Amino acid sequence: MTLFLQQLINGLSVGSIYAVIALGYTMVYGIIKLINFAHGEIMMMGAYFAFVTAVTIGMPFYMVLIVSMLIAAILGLSIEYVAYKPLRNAPRISALITAIGISLFLQNLALVVFKPEPKVMPAIIPKQPILIGNLQIGTVTIVTILLSVIFMILLDQFIKKTKPGKAMRAVSQDKEASILMGINVNRTISLTFAIGSALGAFGGVLYSIAYTQVYPTMGIMPGLKAFVAAVLGGIGLLPGAMLGGFVIGMIETISKAYISSQWSDAIVFGILIIVLIVKPTGILGKNEREKV
Amino acid sequence: MLRVEDINVFYGKIHAIKDLSFDVKQGEIVTLIGANGAGKTTILKTISKILTPVSGLVKFNNENISKIPAHQIIDMGMAHVPEGRRVFSKMTVLENLQMGAYIRKDEREIREDLEMVFTRFPRLKERSKQVSGTLSGGEQQMLAIGRAIMSRPKLILMDEPSMGLAPILVDEIFDIITSINKAGTTILLVEQNANRALQIAHRGYVLETGKIIMQGTTKELLNDEKVKKAYLGG
Repeated sequence: MTLFLQQLINGLSVGSIYAVIALGYTMVYGIIKLINFAHGEIMMMGAYFAFVTAVTIGMPFYMVLIVSMLIAAILGLSIEYVAYKPLRNAPRISALITAIGISLFLQNLALVVFKPEPKVMPAIIPKQPILIGNLQIGTVTIVTILLSVIFMILLDQFIKKTKPGKAMRAVSQDKEASILMGINVNRTISLTFAIGSALGAFGGVLYSIAYTQVYPTMGIMPGLKAFVAAVLGGIGLLPGAMLGGFVIGMIETISKAYISSQWSDAIVFGILIIVLIVKPTGILGKNEREKV
Repeated sequence: MLRVEDINVFYGKIHAIKDLSFDVKQGEIVTLIGANGAGKTTILKTISKILTPVSGLVKFNNENISKIPAHQIIDMGMAHVPEGRRVFSKMTVLENLQMGAYIRKDEREIREDLEMVFTRFPRLKERSKQVSGTLSGGEQQMLAIGRAIMSRPKLILMDEPSMGLAPILVDEIFDIITSINKAGTTILLVEQNANRALQIAHRGYVLETGKIIMQGTTKELLNDEKVKKAYLGG
Protein backbone atom coordinates (compact mmCIF):
# COMPACT_ATOMS: atom_id res chain seq x y z
CA MET A 1 0.00 0.00 0.00
CA THR A 2 2.78 2.42 0.90
CA LEU A 3 4.54 1.57 -2.33
CA PHE A 4 1.40 2.20 -4.31
CA LEU A 5 0.82 5.60 -2.64
CA GLN A 6 4.47 6.41 -3.25
CA GLN A 7 4.06 5.61 -6.93
CA LEU A 8 0.87 7.63 -7.08
CA ILE A 9 2.69 10.69 -5.78
CA ASN A 10 5.55 10.15 -8.22
CA GLY A 11 3.00 9.82 -11.02
CA LEU A 12 1.36 13.04 -9.90
CA SER A 13 4.72 14.80 -10.00
CA VAL A 14 5.76 13.55 -13.46
CA GLY A 15 2.19 14.06 -14.63
CA SER A 16 2.14 17.67 -13.52
CA ILE A 17 5.29 18.37 -15.56
CA TYR A 18 3.69 16.71 -18.62
CA ALA A 19 0.53 18.67 -17.98
CA VAL A 20 2.32 22.03 -18.00
CA ILE A 21 4.28 21.14 -21.15
CA ALA A 22 1.08 19.84 -22.76
CA LEU A 23 -0.56 23.22 -22.08
CA GLY A 24 2.02 24.82 -24.37
CA TYR A 25 1.24 22.34 -27.14
CA THR A 26 -2.46 22.74 -26.82
CA MET A 27 -2.45 26.56 -26.61
CA VAL A 28 -0.47 26.88 -29.82
CA TYR A 29 -2.61 24.25 -31.53
CA GLY A 30 -5.77 26.00 -30.36
CA ILE A 31 -4.76 29.30 -31.89
CA ILE A 32 -3.01 28.41 -35.17
CA LYS A 33 -3.78 24.70 -35.53
CA LEU A 34 -0.08 23.85 -35.49
CA ILE A 35 1.43 20.92 -33.60
CA ASN A 36 4.57 22.75 -32.51
CA PHE A 37 7.02 19.86 -32.55
CA ALA A 38 9.75 22.23 -31.42
CA HIS A 39 8.02 22.52 -28.05
CA GLY A 40 10.05 19.70 -26.49
CA GLU A 41 13.21 21.54 -27.54
CA ILE A 42 11.96 24.74 -25.90
CA MET A 43 11.68 22.64 -22.76
CA MET A 44 15.28 21.42 -23.29
CA MET A 45 16.51 24.99 -23.82
CA GLY A 46 14.68 25.97 -20.64
CA ALA A 47 16.64 23.30 -18.80
CA TYR A 48 19.92 24.67 -20.20
CA PHE A 49 18.94 28.22 -19.24
CA ALA A 50 18.35 26.85 -15.73
CA PHE A 51 21.72 25.11 -15.73
CA VAL A 52 23.56 28.27 -16.81
CA THR A 53 21.78 30.58 -14.38
CA ALA A 54 22.15 28.12 -11.50
CA VAL A 55 25.77 27.03 -12.05
CA THR A 56 27.46 29.93 -13.84
CA ILE A 57 25.63 32.78 -12.14
CA GLY A 58 24.63 30.94 -8.98
CA MET A 59 21.05 32.14 -8.80
CA PRO A 60 18.61 30.67 -6.28
CA PHE A 61 15.82 28.37 -7.47
CA TYR A 62 13.03 30.94 -7.83
CA MET A 63 15.28 33.29 -9.84
CA VAL A 64 16.44 30.39 -12.02
CA LEU A 65 12.83 29.53 -12.75
CA ILE A 66 11.75 33.09 -13.52
CA VAL A 67 14.78 33.91 -15.70
CA SER A 68 14.60 30.61 -17.61
CA MET A 69 10.91 31.08 -18.31
CA LEU A 70 11.48 34.66 -19.49
CA ILE A 71 14.31 33.74 -21.85
CA ALA A 72 12.29 30.82 -23.19
CA ALA A 73 9.35 33.18 -23.80
CA ILE A 74 11.64 35.43 -25.86
CA LEU A 75 12.98 32.37 -27.70
CA GLY A 76 9.42 31.24 -28.46
CA LEU A 77 8.52 34.72 -29.72
CA SER A 78 11.56 34.80 -32.00
CA ILE A 79 10.85 31.33 -33.40
CA GLU A 80 7.26 32.32 -34.10
CA TYR A 81 8.38 35.53 -35.80
CA VAL A 82 11.13 33.98 -37.92
CA ALA A 83 9.71 30.56 -38.74
CA TYR A 84 5.92 30.43 -38.40
CA LYS A 85 4.65 33.94 -39.10
CA PRO A 86 5.79 33.93 -42.75
CA LEU A 87 3.78 30.69 -43.16
CA ARG A 88 0.54 32.04 -41.68
CA ASN A 89 -1.34 31.59 -44.96
CA ALA A 90 0.60 28.57 -46.20
CA PRO A 91 -0.82 25.03 -46.05
CA ARG A 92 -0.69 23.58 -42.53
CA ILE A 93 1.77 20.87 -43.53
CA SER A 94 4.42 23.53 -44.33
CA ALA A 95 4.29 24.90 -40.79
CA LEU A 96 4.40 21.37 -39.38
CA ILE A 97 7.53 20.52 -41.34
CA THR A 98 9.05 23.84 -40.28
CA ALA A 99 8.33 22.92 -36.66
CA ILE A 100 10.24 19.66 -37.09
CA GLY A 101 13.06 21.67 -38.67
CA ILE A 102 13.17 24.08 -35.73
CA SER A 103 13.19 21.12 -33.36
CA LEU A 104 16.29 19.65 -35.08
CA PHE A 105 17.88 23.09 -35.28
CA LEU A 106 17.54 23.66 -31.53
CA GLN A 107 18.89 20.19 -30.70
CA ASN A 108 21.96 20.81 -32.84
CA LEU A 109 22.36 24.34 -31.54
CA ALA A 110 22.47 22.91 -28.01
CA LEU A 111 24.96 20.29 -29.20
CA VAL A 112 27.30 23.00 -30.53
CA VAL A 113 26.87 25.51 -27.72
CA PHE A 114 26.65 23.19 -24.70
CA LYS A 115 28.48 20.10 -26.09
CA PRO A 116 26.99 16.59 -26.16
CA GLU A 117 28.04 15.47 -22.66
CA PRO A 118 25.19 15.62 -20.15
CA LYS A 119 25.54 18.38 -17.58
CA VAL A 120 24.75 17.70 -13.97
CA MET A 121 22.01 19.91 -12.70
CA PRO A 122 22.77 21.01 -9.13
CA ALA A 123 20.19 20.41 -6.43
CA ILE A 124 18.88 23.95 -6.25
CA ILE A 125 15.83 22.65 -4.44
CA PRO A 126 16.97 21.00 -1.18
CA LYS A 127 16.80 17.21 -1.53
CA GLN A 128 15.84 16.01 1.94
CA PRO A 129 12.56 14.11 1.78
CA ILE A 130 9.59 14.79 4.00
CA LEU A 131 8.19 11.81 5.88
CA ILE A 132 4.46 11.30 6.19
CA GLY A 133 3.98 8.00 8.02
CA ASN A 134 5.91 5.52 5.89
CA LEU A 135 5.70 7.77 2.85
CA GLN A 136 8.82 9.53 1.65
CA ILE A 137 8.08 12.57 -0.45
CA GLY A 138 10.93 14.56 -1.95
CA THR A 139 10.80 18.34 -1.73
CA VAL A 140 11.32 18.47 -5.51
CA THR A 141 8.16 16.40 -5.93
CA ILE A 142 6.13 18.68 -3.69
CA VAL A 143 7.48 21.87 -5.30
CA THR A 144 6.80 20.47 -8.78
CA ILE A 145 3.20 19.54 -8.01
CA LEU A 146 2.46 22.78 -6.15
CA LEU A 147 4.00 25.10 -8.74
CA SER A 148 2.37 23.22 -11.62
CA VAL A 149 -1.05 23.55 -10.04
CA ILE A 150 -0.42 27.25 -9.34
CA PHE A 151 0.58 27.88 -12.96
CA MET A 152 -2.46 25.98 -14.23
CA ILE A 153 -4.78 28.08 -12.05
CA LEU A 154 -3.04 31.30 -13.13
CA LEU A 155 -3.30 30.34 -16.80
CA ASP A 156 -6.95 29.36 -16.43
CA GLN A 157 -7.79 32.70 -14.79
CA PHE A 158 -5.74 34.59 -17.36
CA ILE A 159 -7.61 32.96 -20.24
CA LYS A 160 -11.01 33.42 -18.64
CA LYS A 161 -10.79 36.82 -17.00
CA THR A 162 -8.26 39.09 -18.69
CA LYS A 163 -8.65 40.96 -21.95
CA PRO A 164 -5.61 39.40 -23.69
CA GLY A 165 -6.80 35.99 -22.47
CA LYS A 166 -10.24 36.53 -23.94
CA ALA A 167 -8.62 37.75 -27.15
CA MET A 168 -6.69 34.46 -27.29
CA ARG A 169 -9.92 32.51 -27.01
CA ALA A 170 -11.60 34.69 -29.62
CA VAL A 171 -8.75 34.29 -32.12
CA SER A 172 -8.72 30.52 -31.61
CA GLN A 173 -12.44 30.39 -32.43
CA ASP A 174 -12.68 32.82 -35.34
CA LYS A 175 -9.80 34.91 -36.63
CA GLU A 176 -11.78 37.04 -39.04
CA ALA A 177 -14.44 37.90 -36.47
CA SER A 178 -11.63 38.72 -34.01
CA ILE A 179 -10.16 41.24 -36.44
CA LEU A 180 -13.60 42.83 -36.74
CA MET A 181 -13.65 43.22 -32.94
CA GLY A 182 -10.38 45.15 -33.12
CA ILE A 183 -8.14 42.34 -31.87
CA ASN A 184 -4.56 42.42 -33.16
CA VAL A 185 -4.41 38.78 -34.25
CA ASN A 186 -0.66 38.67 -34.86
CA ARG A 187 0.12 40.08 -31.45
CA THR A 188 -2.28 37.61 -29.84
CA ILE A 189 -0.59 34.69 -31.57
CA SER A 190 2.83 35.96 -30.42
CA LEU A 191 1.56 36.20 -26.86
CA THR A 192 0.36 32.60 -27.07
CA PHE A 193 3.80 31.44 -28.16
CA ALA A 194 5.46 33.42 -25.38
CA ILE A 195 3.23 31.91 -22.68
CA GLY A 196 3.43 28.40 -24.15
CA SER A 197 7.22 28.57 -24.32
CA ALA A 198 7.50 29.87 -20.76
CA LEU A 199 5.41 26.90 -19.63
CA GLY A 200 7.65 24.56 -21.65
CA ALA A 201 10.70 26.01 -19.91
CA PHE A 202 8.98 25.55 -16.55
CA GLY A 203 8.67 21.86 -17.39
CA GLY A 204 12.33 21.76 -18.44
CA VAL A 205 13.60 23.38 -15.26
CA LEU A 206 11.70 21.05 -12.95
CA TYR A 207 12.37 17.98 -15.09
CA SER A 208 16.11 18.66 -15.04
CA ILE A 209 16.11 19.18 -11.28
CA ALA A 210 14.15 15.96 -10.74
CA TYR A 211 16.37 13.88 -13.03
CA THR A 212 19.56 15.92 -12.30
CA GLN A 213 20.68 15.92 -15.94
CA VAL A 214 20.63 18.33 -18.86
CA TYR A 215 21.47 17.19 -22.40
CA PRO A 216 20.61 18.21 -25.99
CA THR A 217 18.11 15.42 -26.70
CA MET A 218 16.37 15.53 -23.33
CA GLY A 219 13.31 17.32 -24.80
CA ILE A 220 12.34 14.54 -27.19
CA MET A 221 10.68 12.02 -24.87
CA PRO A 222 8.94 14.42 -22.46
CA GLY A 223 7.92 16.51 -25.48
CA LEU A 224 6.35 13.50 -27.19
CA LYS A 225 4.65 12.37 -23.99
CA ALA A 226 3.24 15.82 -23.38
CA PHE A 227 1.98 15.74 -26.97
CA VAL A 228 0.30 12.40 -26.28
CA ALA A 229 -1.17 13.97 -23.14
CA ALA A 230 -2.57 16.91 -25.12
CA VAL A 231 -4.14 14.55 -27.68
CA LEU A 232 -5.44 12.23 -24.98
CA GLY A 233 -7.22 15.08 -23.17
CA GLY A 234 -8.43 16.69 -26.39
CA ILE A 235 -6.02 18.87 -28.35
CA GLY A 236 -6.85 22.57 -28.19
CA LEU A 237 -8.55 22.25 -24.79
CA LEU A 238 -6.67 23.53 -21.75
CA PRO A 239 -8.44 21.31 -19.20
CA GLY A 240 -7.80 18.41 -21.59
CA ALA A 241 -4.06 19.06 -21.54
CA MET A 242 -4.00 19.13 -17.74
CA LEU A 243 -6.08 15.96 -17.41
CA GLY A 244 -4.08 14.22 -20.14
CA GLY A 245 -0.79 15.17 -18.48
CA PHE A 246 -1.77 13.69 -15.13
CA VAL A 247 -3.21 10.54 -16.74
CA ILE A 248 -0.05 9.95 -18.80
CA GLY A 249 2.19 10.60 -15.79
CA MET A 250 0.21 8.12 -13.72
CA ILE A 251 0.13 5.43 -16.40
CA GLU A 252 3.86 5.79 -17.01
CA THR A 253 4.78 5.58 -13.32
CA ILE A 254 2.39 2.75 -12.50
CA SER A 255 3.43 0.70 -15.53
CA LYS A 256 7.10 1.28 -14.67
CA ALA A 257 6.48 0.06 -11.14
CA TYR A 258 4.16 -2.86 -11.76
CA ILE A 259 4.58 -3.98 -15.36
CA SER A 260 7.98 -3.23 -16.79
CA SER A 261 10.11 -0.10 -16.96
CA GLN A 262 11.14 -1.04 -20.50
CA TRP A 263 7.54 -1.32 -21.63
CA SER A 264 6.25 1.85 -20.02
CA ASP A 265 7.01 4.10 -23.01
CA ALA A 266 5.41 1.59 -25.35
CA ILE A 267 2.32 1.58 -23.16
CA VAL A 268 2.14 5.40 -23.20
CA PHE A 269 2.42 5.57 -26.98
CA GLY A 270 0.04 2.63 -27.32
CA ILE A 271 -2.51 4.82 -25.57
CA LEU A 272 -2.06 7.47 -28.27
CA ILE A 273 -2.88 4.87 -30.91
CA ILE A 274 -5.94 3.68 -29.01
CA VAL A 275 -7.18 7.25 -28.49
CA LEU A 276 -6.75 8.04 -32.16
CA ILE A 277 -8.78 4.96 -33.08
CA VAL A 278 -11.50 5.09 -30.44
CA LYS A 279 -11.98 8.80 -29.75
CA PRO A 280 -9.80 11.01 -31.93
CA THR A 281 -11.14 14.16 -30.28
CA GLY A 282 -9.73 13.07 -26.89
CA ILE A 283 -11.36 12.51 -23.51
CA LEU A 284 -12.86 16.01 -23.21
CA GLY A 285 -13.20 16.71 -26.93
CA LYS A 286 -16.59 16.96 -28.53
CA ASN A 287 -17.51 16.30 -32.11
CA GLU A 288 -18.83 19.69 -32.92
CA ARG A 289 -21.45 20.28 -35.46
CA GLU A 290 -21.48 23.72 -36.96
CA LYS A 291 -24.64 25.74 -37.05
CA VAL A 292 -25.23 27.39 -40.37
CA MET B 1 -19.73 59.30 -44.44
CA LEU B 2 -18.52 56.34 -46.49
CA ARG B 3 -17.21 56.66 -50.03
CA VAL B 4 -16.07 53.74 -52.14
CA GLU B 5 -14.19 54.92 -55.24
CA ASP B 6 -13.44 52.72 -58.25
CA ILE B 7 -12.43 49.62 -56.31
CA ASN B 8 -11.27 46.46 -58.06
CA VAL B 9 -11.07 43.29 -56.00
CA PHE B 10 -9.77 39.89 -57.05
CA TYR B 11 -10.28 36.46 -55.54
CA GLY B 12 -7.23 34.71 -56.90
CA LYS B 13 -7.70 35.20 -60.63
CA ILE B 14 -11.39 35.99 -60.44
CA HIS B 15 -12.15 39.66 -60.93
CA ALA B 16 -14.90 39.86 -58.30
CA ILE B 17 -15.48 43.62 -58.10
CA LYS B 18 -15.06 45.86 -61.13
CA ASP B 19 -14.52 49.65 -60.90
CA LEU B 20 -17.20 49.95 -58.30
CA SER B 21 -18.17 53.24 -56.62
CA PHE B 22 -20.90 54.19 -54.23
CA ASP B 23 -21.44 56.25 -51.13
CA VAL B 24 -23.37 56.22 -47.87
CA LYS B 25 -24.40 59.45 -46.18
CA GLN B 26 -24.73 60.00 -42.48
CA GLY B 27 -28.04 58.80 -41.04
CA GLU B 28 -28.99 56.67 -44.03
CA ILE B 29 -29.79 53.03 -44.48
CA VAL B 30 -28.28 52.13 -47.83
CA THR B 31 -28.76 48.68 -49.24
CA LEU B 32 -26.80 46.71 -51.81
CA ILE B 33 -29.00 44.10 -53.40
CA GLY B 34 -28.11 41.43 -55.88
CA ALA B 35 -28.06 37.73 -56.49
CA ASN B 36 -25.73 35.22 -54.93
CA GLY B 37 -22.20 35.78 -56.18
CA ALA B 38 -22.80 39.38 -57.25
CA GLY B 39 -20.03 40.47 -54.90
CA LYS B 40 -21.97 41.90 -51.97
CA THR B 41 -19.98 40.21 -49.21
CA THR B 42 -16.72 40.98 -51.04
CA ILE B 43 -17.57 44.68 -50.98
CA LEU B 44 -18.23 44.68 -47.24
CA LYS B 45 -15.05 42.71 -46.55
CA THR B 46 -13.09 45.19 -48.64
CA ILE B 47 -14.54 48.13 -46.71
CA SER B 48 -13.55 46.57 -43.37
CA LYS B 49 -10.10 45.70 -44.71
CA ILE B 50 -10.41 41.90 -44.48
CA LEU B 51 -9.79 41.99 -48.24
CA THR B 52 -7.49 44.42 -50.02
CA PRO B 53 -8.54 46.01 -53.30
CA VAL B 54 -6.10 45.96 -56.20
CA SER B 55 -7.00 49.54 -57.01
CA GLY B 56 -9.40 52.21 -55.85
CA LEU B 57 -9.94 53.52 -52.38
CA VAL B 58 -12.33 53.58 -49.46
CA LYS B 59 -12.90 56.81 -47.55
CA PHE B 60 -14.56 56.85 -44.16
CA ASN B 61 -15.39 60.28 -42.74
CA ASN B 62 -13.24 61.76 -45.52
CA GLU B 63 -10.23 59.75 -44.42
CA ASN B 64 -8.57 57.30 -46.79
CA ILE B 65 -8.49 54.04 -44.83
CA SER B 66 -6.24 52.06 -47.15
CA LYS B 67 -3.21 52.40 -44.84
CA ILE B 68 -5.08 51.47 -41.67
CA PRO B 69 -4.67 47.87 -40.44
CA ALA B 70 -7.86 45.81 -40.41
CA HIS B 71 -8.07 45.52 -36.63
CA GLN B 72 -8.05 49.31 -36.22
CA ILE B 73 -11.05 49.92 -38.46
CA ILE B 74 -13.45 49.45 -35.56
CA ASP B 75 -11.62 52.24 -33.71
CA MET B 76 -12.73 54.65 -36.41
CA GLY B 77 -16.37 53.93 -35.68
CA MET B 78 -17.18 51.22 -38.20
CA ALA B 79 -18.58 47.86 -37.09
CA HIS B 80 -19.24 44.83 -39.27
CA VAL B 81 -21.91 42.18 -38.67
CA PRO B 82 -20.47 39.43 -40.85
CA GLU B 83 -22.29 36.94 -43.03
CA GLY B 84 -23.27 33.86 -41.07
CA ARG B 85 -23.19 35.82 -37.76
CA ARG B 86 -19.76 34.56 -36.74
CA VAL B 87 -20.43 34.77 -33.01
CA PHE B 88 -17.73 33.24 -30.80
CA SER B 89 -19.55 29.96 -30.36
CA LYS B 90 -17.66 28.71 -27.28
CA MET B 91 -18.04 31.97 -25.41
CA THR B 92 -21.11 32.97 -23.46
CA VAL B 93 -23.53 35.58 -24.72
CA LEU B 94 -22.15 38.06 -22.20
CA GLU B 95 -18.55 37.39 -23.26
CA ASN B 96 -19.48 37.87 -26.90
CA LEU B 97 -20.97 41.26 -26.10
CA GLN B 98 -17.86 42.16 -24.12
CA MET B 99 -15.73 41.22 -27.13
CA GLY B 100 -17.76 43.77 -29.08
CA ALA B 101 -16.45 46.40 -26.66
CA TYR B 102 -12.90 45.04 -26.87
CA ILE B 103 -11.39 48.34 -28.02
CA ARG B 104 -13.12 50.40 -25.36
CA LYS B 105 -11.75 51.17 -21.93
CA ASP B 106 -14.64 53.13 -20.38
CA GLU B 107 -15.83 50.31 -18.10
CA ARG B 108 -18.83 52.16 -16.70
CA GLU B 109 -20.21 53.14 -20.05
CA ILE B 110 -19.61 49.63 -21.37
CA ARG B 111 -21.83 48.37 -18.58
CA GLU B 112 -24.49 50.93 -19.51
CA ASP B 113 -24.35 49.85 -23.15
CA LEU B 114 -24.60 46.23 -22.06
CA GLU B 115 -27.83 47.07 -20.23
CA MET B 116 -29.02 48.93 -23.32
CA VAL B 117 -28.36 45.88 -25.51
CA PHE B 118 -30.14 43.64 -23.00
CA THR B 119 -33.14 45.97 -22.98
CA ARG B 120 -33.24 45.89 -26.76
CA PHE B 121 -32.78 42.10 -26.85
CA PRO B 122 -34.45 40.67 -23.72
CA ARG B 123 -33.81 37.16 -24.99
CA LEU B 124 -30.07 37.74 -24.87
CA LYS B 125 -30.38 38.80 -21.24
CA GLU B 126 -32.19 35.56 -20.37
CA ARG B 127 -29.37 33.64 -22.02
CA SER B 128 -26.44 35.82 -21.02
CA LYS B 129 -24.62 32.94 -19.26
CA GLN B 130 -25.33 30.46 -22.06
CA VAL B 131 -22.64 29.43 -24.54
CA SER B 132 -23.58 31.19 -27.75
CA GLY B 133 -23.12 28.10 -29.95
CA THR B 134 -26.29 26.75 -28.36
CA LEU B 135 -28.45 29.72 -29.39
CA SER B 136 -30.96 29.56 -32.22
CA GLY B 137 -30.12 31.23 -35.53
CA GLY B 138 -32.28 34.25 -34.76
CA GLU B 139 -30.74 34.68 -31.32
CA GLN B 140 -27.25 34.41 -32.79
CA GLN B 141 -28.13 37.14 -35.27
CA MET B 142 -29.35 39.35 -32.44
CA LEU B 143 -26.13 38.62 -30.60
CA ALA B 144 -24.04 39.50 -33.65
CA ILE B 145 -25.91 42.81 -33.98
CA GLY B 146 -25.66 43.46 -30.24
CA ARG B 147 -21.94 42.74 -30.35
CA ALA B 148 -21.52 45.29 -33.14
CA ILE B 149 -23.47 47.94 -31.20
CA MET B 150 -21.16 47.43 -28.22
CA SER B 151 -18.38 49.27 -30.03
CA ARG B 152 -20.61 52.37 -30.31
CA PRO B 153 -20.18 52.52 -34.07
CA LYS B 154 -21.19 55.42 -36.32
CA LEU B 155 -21.63 53.03 -39.23
CA ILE B 156 -22.62 49.35 -39.19
CA LEU B 157 -22.03 47.09 -42.17
CA MET B 158 -24.59 44.29 -42.14
CA ASP B 159 -24.14 41.21 -44.26
CA GLU B 160 -27.31 39.18 -44.93
CA PRO B 161 -28.84 39.57 -41.47
CA SER B 162 -32.00 37.73 -42.56
CA MET B 163 -30.22 34.71 -44.00
CA GLY B 164 -31.68 31.41 -42.88
CA LEU B 165 -34.19 32.92 -40.47
CA ALA B 166 -37.90 32.15 -40.14
CA PRO B 167 -40.14 34.91 -41.63
CA ILE B 168 -41.29 36.10 -38.21
CA LEU B 169 -37.68 36.54 -37.12
CA VAL B 170 -36.84 38.31 -40.35
CA ASP B 171 -39.48 40.89 -39.44
CA GLU B 172 -37.97 41.27 -35.99
CA ILE B 173 -34.42 41.70 -37.34
CA PHE B 174 -35.51 44.34 -39.85
CA ASP B 175 -37.41 46.22 -37.13
CA ILE B 176 -34.25 46.17 -35.05
CA ILE B 177 -32.17 47.54 -37.92
CA THR B 178 -34.67 50.36 -38.41
CA SER B 179 -34.63 51.25 -34.74
CA ILE B 180 -30.82 51.23 -34.57
CA ASN B 181 -30.81 53.59 -37.55
CA LYS B 182 -33.40 55.86 -35.91
CA ALA B 183 -31.14 56.02 -32.85
CA GLY B 184 -28.51 57.65 -35.05
CA THR B 185 -26.38 54.89 -36.54
CA THR B 186 -25.80 54.81 -40.28
CA ILE B 187 -26.28 51.39 -41.89
CA LEU B 188 -24.97 49.73 -45.02
CA LEU B 189 -27.14 46.67 -45.54
CA VAL B 190 -26.36 43.83 -47.89
CA GLU B 191 -29.31 41.56 -48.61
CA GLN B 192 -30.57 38.87 -50.93
CA ASN B 193 -34.00 39.55 -49.59
CA ALA B 194 -34.31 42.64 -51.81
CA ASN B 195 -37.94 43.24 -51.09
CA ARG B 196 -37.49 43.62 -47.35
CA ALA B 197 -34.24 45.52 -47.66
CA LEU B 198 -35.80 48.10 -49.96
CA GLN B 199 -38.70 48.55 -47.56
CA ILE B 200 -36.50 49.78 -44.73
CA ALA B 201 -33.67 51.47 -46.69
CA HIS B 202 -33.49 55.04 -47.97
CA ARG B 203 -31.43 54.32 -51.05
CA GLY B 204 -30.24 51.23 -52.86
CA TYR B 205 -27.74 49.95 -55.37
CA VAL B 206 -28.34 46.93 -57.57
CA LEU B 207 -25.33 44.73 -58.09
CA GLU B 208 -24.66 42.24 -60.85
CA THR B 209 -21.41 40.27 -61.21
CA GLY B 210 -19.27 42.86 -59.47
CA LYS B 211 -20.81 45.96 -61.04
CA ILE B 212 -23.48 48.42 -60.04
CA ILE B 213 -26.15 48.29 -62.73
CA MET B 214 -28.70 50.56 -61.14
CA GLN B 215 -29.10 52.95 -58.26
CA GLY B 216 -31.72 55.19 -56.77
CA THR B 217 -34.05 55.86 -53.91
CA THR B 218 -35.84 52.79 -52.68
CA LYS B 219 -39.09 54.14 -54.12
CA GLU B 220 -37.55 54.33 -57.57
CA LEU B 221 -36.08 50.85 -57.31
CA LEU B 222 -39.28 49.30 -55.96
CA ASN B 223 -41.19 50.69 -58.93
CA ASP B 224 -38.62 49.83 -61.57
CA GLU B 225 -39.82 47.11 -63.92
CA LYS B 226 -36.41 45.47 -64.30
CA VAL B 227 -35.81 45.37 -60.55
CA LYS B 228 -39.31 44.04 -59.98
CA LYS B 229 -38.76 41.28 -62.47
CA ALA B 230 -35.28 40.24 -61.42
CA TYR B 231 -35.32 40.72 -57.67
CA LEU B 232 -38.80 41.22 -56.32
CA GLY B 233 -40.43 38.16 -57.80
CA GLY B 234 -42.89 39.88 -60.11
